[in-house]
Amino acid sequence: MKLNMKGLFLAIIMAFVVIAMFFSGCKPKGGISSLTSDAASKVYVPPGSYDEFYLFTSGGFSGQLGVYGLPSGRLLREIPIFSFDSEEGYGFSEETKAMLETSFGFIPWDDSHHPELSQTNGEVDGRWLFINANNTPRIARVDLTTFTTEEIIELPNTGGNHASAFITDNNEYVVSASRFSIPIGQREAAIDSYKEEFDGVATFISVDPKSGTMSPGFQLILPPFDYDLAHTGKGPSSGWMFFTCYNSEEANTLLEVNASQRDKDFIMAINWKKVEEYVKSGNGTKMPINVAHNYRDHNKGGMAVSERYTEITTIKPEEIPGLIYYIPCPKSPHGCDVDPTGQYFCAGGKLAAVVPVYSFEKMQQAIASKSFEGDVEGIPVLKYDAVLQGEVKDAGLGPLHTEFDNEGNAYTSFFVSSEIVKWKVATQEVIDKAPTYYSIGHLCVPGGDSRKPWGKYVIALNKITKDRYLPTGPALTQSAQLYSIEGEKMELLLDFPTIGEPHYAQALPAELIKDKQVKIFKIEESTHPYVAKGEKEATVYREGNIVHVKMTSIRSHFNPDNIEGIRVGDVVYFHVTNLEQDWDVPHGFAIQGAENAELLIMPGETLTLKWVPKRSGVFPMYCTDFCSALHQEMQGYVRVSPAGSNVPLKFHTNNKGL
Amino acid sequence: MKSVLSILLTGCLLAACGPKATDNKTLAEKPNSMFSDDDRSIAEGKGIGEVKEVTLNNPLDASRVQRGLDIYDMKCSACHQLDTVRLVGPGWQGLTQTRKPEWIMNMITNVDVMLEKDPEAQKLLQLCLTRMPNQNVSIGDARDILEFMRQNDGE
Repeated sequence: MKLNMKGLFLAIIMAFVVIAMFFSGCKPKGGISSLTSDAASKVYVPPGSYDEFYLFTSGGFSGQLGVYGLPSGRLLREIPIFSFDSEEGYGFSEETKAMLETSFGFIPWDDSHHPELSQTNGEVDGRWLFINANNTPRIARVDLTTFTTEEIIELPNTGGNHASAFITDNNEYVVSASRFSIPIGQREAAIDSYKEEFDGVATFISVDPKSGTMSPGFQLILPPFDYDLAHTGKGPSSGWMFFTCYNSEEANTLLEVNASQRDKDFIMAINWKKVEEYVKSGNGTKMPINVAHNYRDHNKGGMAVSERYTEITTIKPEEIPGLIYYIPCPKSPHGCDVDPTGQYFCAGGKLAAVVPVYSFEKMQQAIASKSFEGDVEGIPVLKYDAVLQGEVKDAGLGPLHTEFDNEGNAYTSFFVSSEIVKWKVATQEVIDKAPTYYSIGHLCVPGGDSRKPWGKYVIALNKITKDRYLPTGPALTQSAQLYSIEGEKMELLLDFPTIGEPHYAQALPAELIKDKQVKIFKIEESTHPYVAKGEKEATVYREGNIVHVKMTSIRSHFNPDNIEGIRVGDVVYFHVTNLEQDWDVPHGFAIQGAENAELLIMPGETLTLKWVPKRSGVFPMYCTDFCSALHQEMQGYVRVSPAGSNVPLKFHTNNKGL
Repeated sequence: MKSVLSILLTGCLLAACGPKATDNKTLAEKPNSMFSDDDRSIAEGKGIGEVKEVTLNNPLDASRVQRGLDIYDMKCSACHQLDTVRLVGPGWQGLTQTRKPEWIMNMITNVDVMLEKDPEAQKLLQLCLTRMPNQNVSIGDARDILEFMRQNDGE
């Protein structure tokens, strides 16, 4: 009887499940049911073991860069880039303030979108990572031996640095193209003179092959479309750069409607190698500019410097016939992606139902046979059919971005229908679809925009998480999802939260960079102007109302830790050198009433905190990073006397040096 | 000298119950064949590390002494005084008379392993409670520091 009851109960449950499935429609419904039973073992990285890949995700409106381990999805670091940071004091310390200088002044917060790993011969080389700031247009370079932002360059004549920071296949250039066209030359114009007075630009920033140092290369002045994304050619298409653009309607208001009129916008193909030759032969027009160039060399003490670049070579399309083409692309295209062979490129039309796949060879033939359907301001528009290899049809709604694996497959994100679609590059045949939770934007396959993808996973970078995590008030976490692509079918393995909005992300095998990590900065090699190489060099001295404190920290005391003779009205600079030469032993520094920051100082590094005492008293200072069993004892006092008092300057630790 | 060695040896034997000891057996209970090179080196009071044998020269090498002092100022002086007073770590005076040169150099260049395995180093940790940091000192630099220590001890 009992057994029968159980059987009946089960049958009722089953019936409910079937009915529920019938009514649940086609919208992806979260849920564990989409997981295979051994998903956990595929993402489990035992305690003390390393992940196989590093994943670098843009922080979006946070302005920073997230670093995760894959497959675990564990957050390893947040690298501050375009926003200041309260963990390590980036943008607050005197050493790093200059990194956020621009021609508009100090900008504390920007919007970062597209991380791009450096490449050699079209393969990810693990040297640097470039990333764009969208709002106040800049490109940053992160050193992958220190995981620190070493350089930021501001872009001239650019409104909205969205089609960036994509590189050419040997890091010759990191590119930018403007999302918002503006009157070039920093001048005003009536907004309704948009079509006549506004221009877009594509900028090629030179990258020094040894040091990575960025400098203005050349800039193309283009029709006032919205340039959106880009990717480099490779193999046969090496030397070309492909950009998508929308708003070929040239609208300047209610773009939601007015820039969505035409059935097709464009991919812009630039033969940058030939443009480079043109510029190197002394052609083009030198235009005065005024943009910030900030850099910081940790091997030279790490004091950031902000300088200006004052000139760039600009080129108009009519000067270089045959070097720029537009290729029609349905409709309001977004992502612009080139397959690992370099033979095919594709784009995702936000409002389109198909993904066009173009052939580079056919493009060359179309150019040779002048298969043009017209021109835009002298730039030939190639015939769609003449360049098209095929279309990925009936795949989903709202295609955005495509990445590639190492077996001839492509993975395209579909925003509107919240899914990843896997298709064969050679035949454009759809092989598999996997739902994402929810509203996927970019996606990432390790090495998936290079000549040598590592494959293994595709990571969905989602815009909405809704019901996926414990709710936290109106603001919910952003998230990524990890899918295995080792089988024919994609398999969802893991959701993990991300910092800010993860637009694009790139990943590389840990093996490529993990053994090149800098563990300490060598104290004997520091050239920081206020380094104290040992306690003997610790000192306090006055220059008018400026007081410099050259201070050392080591487990677990400061030298000096008692300072007197500071007066209200003084500006005090604490230059704190961490004397430790051991990995993973940072020291912190905080003093009561400091308005700007604390410090977190890596071994062998010197960082500076500016402190302007507002009132007299005795102010404690202490180490903020638990450094040893006697960390709690790592403290000191600064006596501040009223303005004009004559308490002599004196300082010591343990009454030495008095 | 013999008596110094025997005191050291005894110290090692007694210290075998330190927190990181691999077992509770004293070295004397182990058959000779079970002695590893590390065990032997510890028993000889030389510690563990790359430094196996140091030849001391007389008189002192003045340029070494100067280099040793410079490194001391930069990397050591925050914790070690030159008299016998313990600050964070022990004062250095008399050190070259109580420790073998090999032990001193291994302690400087291989501190993490020393704190894990060498009973004398462990005793110092129990006394000072702050782990001596790895200051990224090369063997050559450690030799310079040793020369400076010898000068500090009046050689």
